[in-house]
Amino acid sequence: MAVIAPGTAVPDFALKTAENEEFTQADVASGTTVLVFYPFAFSGVCTDQFQIYQEALEEITADGARIYGVSTDPRISQTAFCNSLSVTIPQLSDFEPKGATAKAFGAFFEPGGMTHRALVVVKDGTVVWSWEGETPGELPGVNLVFDGLKAAAAA
Amino acid sequence: MTDLTSASAPHLREHDHVRGPEGAPVVVVYADFTCGPCALAALRLAQVPLRVVHRHLVLRRRDRRAEPVAIAAEAAARQGAFWAFHDALFSDQGRLDDPHLWQRCEALGLDVDAFELDRRDQALAARVAGETREALRAGAATTPLLILPDGTLQQGAPSAAMLAALGARAADS
Repeated sequence: MAVIAPGTAVPDFALKTAENEEFTQADVASGTTVLVFYPFAFSGVCTDQFQIYQEALEEITADGARIYGVSTDPRISQTAFCNSLSVTIPQLSDFEPKGATAKAFGAFFEPGGMTHRALVVVKDGTVVWSWEGETPGELPGVNLVFDGLKAAAAA
Repeated sequence: MTDLTSASAPHLREHDHVRGPEGAPVVVVYADFTCGPCALAALRLAQVPLRVVHRHLVLRRRDRRAEPVAIAAEAAARQGAFWAFHDALFSDQGRLDDPHLWQRCEALGLDVDAFELDRRDQALAARVAGETREALRAGAATTPLLILPDGTLQQGAPSAAMLAALGARAADS
């Protein structure tokens, strides 16, 4: 399953915010949105990834871009995860039906039954940049988020 | 917007903290003194004939002491004691509060008043922040990040076997 390619309109999807509200394609229809797909809250490598992103959060959002973590964890676990790390990057839950959004974005890792490690940048409802790890253990540095934002600025 | 897009880490610089045999292959380590795997990496690197460069990779959300301790190491460097302080921090990561730093200064024969003044020098904070940004641009996804002699990245503490292989290659060259 390859991650959704640049130039593709985002598919219909529905995720849950920490407040149990729906987050759908309508929420990425305008502006620039970075979706960070990651396998599991509380796994060692995901922990490191979000603390690295948090370090650059001001720069990520400086020009109005929004960034969200997406995993198949229930929203309650995601909230506990962020609180435990002092991370303020909002999380979106792909818990039920499990992984439906990740599958629609080509960011689901079938052998593990979990979200793959992938980055998708959406501008005005269209994917403008994407990246996926060769394995779920391959961690994208925050430099890749900025490469994606640069592509979004040029798109 | 600050440019944090992908960029290779800079090569060896005049002001870098470097130790190890002259002419040996260079490993650049971006690390945080509060991080366990960073201490492990430092310990393993000290056992092989490589030239090691220490730069800072400080995640403020990881540990509230990460940034102040990195700056303290730079203040010790002003008194020519960077590596002694580096080793003293990594060998006792449970004691990183200010009184513990002063005790280390005293044990190493440093001037504590000068150390305290230097810690407040914004140039040292700027250096720590600047090196952290280099590491992020190079692709750091965890701590430590190592840049191996061939330019490849090693995320997290290297295995002893990996370093032994690098050291053996150095001995052959």
